[in-house]
Amino acid sequence: MVESRCLDEQLILLQRHGLSPFWTGGPGEEAFNSSLGALLRVGRGPEFDFLLPHYRSSAIALMAGEKSIDFIRQMLGRQSDPYSYGRNFANHFCNAERNLGPVSSPVNSQFVFGLGTARAQLNSSGITVVVAGDASTHQGDFASLLLWSTRPHNPLPILIVITNNRIGISTPYETQHARPHIVDRAQAFGIETAMVDGLSVDECTNALKHAFDYVRTERRPYFLEASVTRLFGHSSASGAKRDPSAEDPLDRESYPSHWRMEIQERLQQEVEQVKLEPPADGISAESYVWGSSRQWPQSLKQYD
Amino acid sequence: MATIAQAIRLALHYAERELGVKNIFGQDVGPPLGGAFTMTQGLDSAWNTPLDERGIVGTAAGLAMMGQTSVCEIQFGDYIFNSIDLLRLIGTTCWSTRGQFPMPMVLMTPVGAGNRGGIYHSHSIESILSHLPGWKIVIPSSSRDAYGLMISSILDGNPVAYLIPKALSFCPGELLDGEPDDLKKRINAPLDGRSNWTPDWPACDPFSIPLGKLRIRTAGDTLTLASYGRMIQVIEMALQKIPQDRIRDRVELLDLRTLVPLDLEGIVTSVRKTGRLLIVNEDSEQTNFGEHLLRKVREKAPPHVATLLAARHLPGIGLSQQLEDYTVPTVEQVQRQIEKMLPS
Repeated sequence: MVESRCLDEQLILLQRHGLSPFWTGGPGEEAFNSSLGALLRVGRGPEFDFLLPHYRSSAIALMAGEKSIDFIRQMLGRQSDPYSYGRNFANHFCNAERNLGPVSSPVNSQFVFGLGTARAQLNSSGITVVVAGDASTHQGDFASLLLWSTRPHNPLPILIVITNNRIGISTPYETQHARPHIVDRAQAFGIETAMVDGLSVDECTNALKHAFDYVRTERRPYFLEASVTRLFGHSSASGAKRDPSAEDPLDRESYPSHWRMEIQERLQQEVEQVKLEPPADGISAESYVWGSSRQWPQSLKQYD
Repeated sequence: MATIAQAIRLALHYAERELGVKNIFGQDVGPPLGGAFTMTQGLDSAWNTPLDERGIVGTAAGLAMMGQTSVCEIQFGDYIFNSIDLLRLIGTTCWSTRGQFPMPMVLMTPVGAGNRGGIYHSHSIESILSHLPGWKIVIPSSSRDAYGLMISSILDGNPVAYLIPKALSFCPGELLDGEPDDLKKRINAPLDGRSNWTPDWPACDPFSIPLGKLRIRTAGDTLTLASYGRMIQVIEMALQKIPQDRIRDRVELLDLRTLVPLDLEGIVTSVRKTGRLLIVNEDSEQTNFGEHLLRKVREKAPPHVATLLAARHLPGIGLSQQLEDYTVPTVEQVQRQIEKMLPS
């Protein structure tokens, strides 16, 4: 939780210093995301949980085993960036070995991609966890997720998580939603739901434990809406300035005061290390356009 | 002789039995209908989805993220536009994740005119799809190609748009390897008794045809015709109307079969020989894939004469036969263009 906050603060500094064109991230969501990350069954394949995150989910990734230095590599567009080879925005992580699906800048695609990852898990113990913000639920894909995951006799093992900060870029929640809570919409599909104070680690952990257990055993969707804050605005496009009116989840936690300084010092060292690494260039831009073909059966005749 | 619809069905049956394909899905793809064009009749892995193209495409993408190749169907190519940003995202994912998520999937959809489908059942989408990096584009014109290219698409490991010229779906085609005489009786569901019907799958010999390799339909040394999909049949009908001594050994008809990857070398080899190139397709002429093809060929082997015959750029293909004929290339138009380009 503290690591994630320090990392985002470091990334914001890099953007302000002109070393990267853009920052977006998740300060304000760390209590919830850290709790979620601690409960993921991490590994590759359908027997493990598959995460489809959004760009405010980096605390989940850190709890799942990702390293801050790799986020710095992505922020600075280095060839060493393991997530995107210097191609994508900050906090757009992924790791196939850990079932951490790719973050998409266009919000909401994770809603429909989750239908497929969960289907692949129908005969396993793994579940899919889809995470999105409240504004993402404006898109039609949100309705697709609710409809497809509750098809009669064909429910899908998906934990649907909406982190609700009650604003989409600059548009307040109240101006676009007729219902006070997003869970209301899930209930219309017969989905079990809960709401949780997303700033409390204890409450998040308890709610998430129940949610994970439910999906893992019932093999049905579960919907959890977490109220969170957005401490540094939408992104660097809106200045990434601290919103004094937003409550900070770290203020509710007690941790040794020297932690922050130690983490900040280490992150600064990592920044200096990454600066020396080569940036992504035109040659690297040409790679990974295509994946490898599957193994061809030997008995299969091949004609021209 | 198998139709394209039967060939696809047989290929998908082989794929679900031998290639690990567990999900073949789309609206009306499962029983009782087995697809609007019957491509998926009788398949164990075929299931019905909600009428929701974004859910269909997204499900295939999610399965791909788990390493499972699936085959999904959008009922008509005309309905693909509400999922266009997902297609863009899918095509970009291998690249933007440093190869971690290569997204193996096949999206099949009927395209093209020729059966009076009106405004929303007639269009061609290959030019638009060709603007989406990371997608391969396949469009067979015969049953053998339909079978072999489907197998290759499933094994390819990337997102493949498999476009089916719908007007050719039920035309008698070519013999598949090991195809029985009573194929229709064995794998076509009866119109009036589908609920209790099960197929009797024949033991056809499986084969593949590589993506990115064109097929020379007829060889010649004076004029290269480059086309694909339904227009192959239209060109062949046009050629039958021209005195054979005028075209014999002079017209080289190339069936491109896949647009991405493109067998550019095969086209260039032909054009170097003939010096004349006519590209025919039924997509709208404005920013047509054929225009791209013309440029690529000109860069390598400038022909003496080269042109594109394509559909008029209008808001739609109208319902009446006259409107369809006015909009997309007809046998007569193709015949006239060939005669115009052939030196006497």
